[in-house]
Amino acid sequence: MSRYILKRILICIPTLVAITFIIFTIMSYTPGDVTRMILGQEATPEAMKELAHQMGLDKPFFVRYANYMVHLLQGDMGVSYRSGQSVFLEIIHRFPITLKLAFGSMCIAIAVGLLLGILAAVKQYSILDFFGTALAMLLASVPYFWLGLMMILLFSLKLGLLPSMGSNTWVHFILPSITVCVGSTAAILRLTRTTMLETIRQDYIRTARAKGQTEGKIIFKHALKNALLPVITVIGIEFGSLLGGAVVVESVFSLNGVGSLLLQAIRLKDTPQVTGCAVFLAFFFMMIMLAVDILYAYIDPRIKARYQNS
Amino acid sequence: MSKAVVAPARKYKRKSRFKEIWRRMKKNKLSMVGLCVFALFVAMIIFADLIVPYRIALEQNVWEQFAPPSVEHLLGMDQYGRDIFARVIHGSRNSLLMGIAAVFVGMIIGGTLASLAGYYGGKVDMVIMRISDTIFCIPFMLMGLSIVAALGPGLINVLIAITITAIPNYVRIIRSAILTIVGNDFIEAGRACGASDIFIILKHVAPNAVGPIIVQATMQVGTMIIFSTAFSYLGLGIQPPAPEWGAMLAEGKSYMLSAPHMIIAPGMSIVLVALSLNLLGDGLRDALDPKLKD
Amino acid sequence: MLEKLLEIKDLSVVYHTDEAHVYAVNAINLEIGARETIGLVGETGAGKTTTALAILRLLPEKTGHITQGEILFKGEDLLKKSKREMRGIRGAHISMIFQDPMTSLNPTITVGDQIYESLLIHNYEGKPRDELYKRVDELLELVGIPARRRKDYPHQFSGGMKQRVVISIALACQPQLLIADEPTTALDVTIQAQVLAMMYDLKEKLQTSMIMITHDLGVVAQTCDKVAIMYAGEIIEFGLAEDIFESDQHHPYTTGLFGSIPDLDIEADRLNPIEGLMPDPTALPCGCKFHPRCKLCMEICKTTLPPQWHEGDHMISCHLYSREK
Repeated sequence: MSRYILKRILICIPTLVAITFIIFTIMSYTPGDVTRMILGQEATPEAMKELAHQMGLDKPFFVRYANYMVHLLQGDMGVSYRSGQSVFLEIIHRFPITLKLAFGSMCIAIAVGLLLGILAAVKQYSILDFFGTALAMLLASVPYFWLGLMMILLFSLKLGLLPSMGSNTWVHFILPSITVCVGSTAAILRLTRTTMLETIRQDYIRTARAKGQTEGKIIFKHALKNALLPVITVIGIEFGSLLGGAVVVESVFSLNGVGSLLLQAIRLKDTPQVTGCAVFLAFFFMMIMLAVDILYAYIDPRIKARYQNS
Repeated sequence: MSKAVVAPARKYKRKSRFKEIWRRMKKNKLSMVGLCVFALFVAMIIFADLIVPYRIALEQNVWEQFAPPSVEHLLGMDQYGRDIFARVIHGSRNSLLMGIAAVFVGMIIGGTLASLAGYYGGKVDMVIMRISDTIFCIPFMLMGLSIVAALGPGLINVLIAITITAIPNYVRIIRSAILTIVGNDFIEAGRACGASDIFIILKHVAPNAVGPIIVQATMQVGTMIIFSTAFSYLGLGIQPPAPEWGAMLAEGKSYMLSAPHMIIAPGMSIVLVALSLNLLGDGLRDALDPKLKD
Repeated sequence: MLEKLLEIKDLSVVYHTDEAHVYAVNAINLEIGARETIGLVGETGAGKTTTALAILRLLPEKTGHITQGEILFKGEDLLKKSKREMRGIRGAHISMIFQDPMTSLNPTITVGDQIYESLLIHNYEGKPRDELYKRVDELLELVGIPARRRKDYPHQFSGGMKQRVVISIALACQPQLLIADEPTTALDVTIQAQVLAMMYDLKEKLQTSMIMITHDLGVVAQTCDKVAIMYAGEIIEFGLAEDIFESDQHHPYTTGLFGSIPDLDIEADRLNPIEGLMPDPTALPCGCKFHPRCKLCMEICKTTLPPQWHEGDHMISCHLYSREK
């Protein structure tokens, strides 16, 4: 098993390098002169040249990229053009908010998606199934930022039940989490229903029935573990869309997370900040995918065995 | 009862594939509703100027700022006293066409890449899939935002951003659609009969792979509309005063307590379009592959 | 005379689907005595598996309906049992071995635990865990699998080994009746004989009755005391193995079945398959179901259900024999 984990981690490294390369390349096309932006309109050409040399901007692209990577490995993502502060520290400072938001919404998405998905499959063609399928369809079609606005309008402004901004207590995260999770909930619900329907038609489920097993145990012991396998992969992928959603939703709920930092940096053309945020979130997503893959191998004996014996 | 009654051999009428799919589609009421609603929106794009002239969408009536829905202004007025109904209608051009264009262009590029990967296999396949897998590892919104950050805000830039970002996904979808078909026995059977590659591709691979791709494309249009409006909502898409649903939401956000109609109408439009496309896609999938239904 | 373990009386099963009603089993009668082995023979779609599933009440809930009849197990009607009572019978008193061992085992649970589960469900005496696991080891050894493989997963076994595991699950609680649904069809020919011989030995050892569902007359000849031939949801011929294999009097379908087996003693250029296909079970023909394919078809066959002709245990449902009387 540890061999598999090691192998999986090793696969991550080139991907991480590739991801940084892609983001770095995209960001290097940012138009506009950075030195002028920092020094202001009155800057002399000499001063601008001097600064560009200092920042290494006059070096060829690959040298700049290599430099960036070397610094990145030491936890240094450069300095923000605007605030002059370490990009990495700023991200780390704000990351807990994004993390709470992402995990909160993931929990809701998994709980609601799995539960309704299983129920819809087990009670196929019932009211519950219809409700679950319709809900999934609706959730997949709602733009989450609009849903966030509507919930602020209803629960914060009209009813005064929940706060619409700030991040002091977990209560502040209720509305944002629900807002971010809709798309993922829909995806998990649909997939759980489909795989569950496929699984309960399998021969081994009939074998379990022929043993005299109760329906409850058949669903939760025999079917769920098998049905979960594809769902787990999708949960990992959905985490990515949650992170992306968090970027937008943080601005809806005025949360000071990495997402709003990224947006602010985009508006101000603060390239190191944008690159830093994007690389950081992409890294984080990779870690989640890694965890999911390991979990997958843990549940599916066929994958575990492949690495145990080799 | 005196006559011999032989088990009637089932009559397999050779209906055209399209007619058969259409017949199954018609049975699914919800997907027909989806089709109708989507058709309405398409009609709205085409006949927008006939319904309301474009200038109404930009015309400011200072006296009617924030006016709630009424007979003259079906969906009310916004903070500059512009008619929201007219803005929603003309906004559909920007929002809906963005989604359709993104999927159309993305599918063509993705399809080409996937076909190259599938046809040449080996190294070409590996390189294409490696690159698209890597891009796939970057969350969609993040990748899109990075590209917009590099290119700067604007309608076309957002279109480029979401198209590029979505391509790896399409490459995956189309490649797997092709591979499932190519791996099938009936392709082998065709080869065994001495059919040429071109014949097999046109006769067997294309028609069978097109189904799932169309289903995905239909649903993707809805998703892309949501994404493109998200960019506009963040102020990175089309620039004011041009009407666009996401941008209208961003404008209405500050006034939503006193003038909720400003965010309800454009939001509902997005939901309706996306929902109709999802229903349509769902119905199409069932119609194309009835055995998936149960 | 052996006591009756299972009696099927006038059993009919219909599948209701969106498009049509499938008449899968039509008013069949069957008796199984203790320690008897009965072969249920017929083509694919003849209703053999449906009959077996009906006995265990495992027909698909939404589509499969038992429209009439009784299934008496030790004198009690299984069709009147509650779901809970049925669960107590499944696995403990009546077990089933399914056709495809590749898909009949749960891929995410070790084989040991899958056997253990069967024991645990019917562990009414509250035996401790260790004892049950000891029994799992015994069962594995019984079907010829080393006990140390208890913690292996199904994918680590070959097809034949998997079927042995399936058999040990079915026999775990020493049921009185074992239903084997084409237990060897999915296996390699060389493994088939092994598994079959093992099943027969175990059945003798455990004094279990068995319903052997198959379309392979060779399997029947090897294992069965009595044989029922099914066609289009009906039992058209029934008798002792000797009656079926040695008597001259047969239903034309049975004759056809034998005709389609290559005979080493007789030199023939071609096999003699039965012409035509099984009738569409959604629209069965009137009269004798076999008449459209029957070489000896008479006018009466097309309109009237054939009567049953009896001679000792031998039963044939055909107009040919009633005319002779």
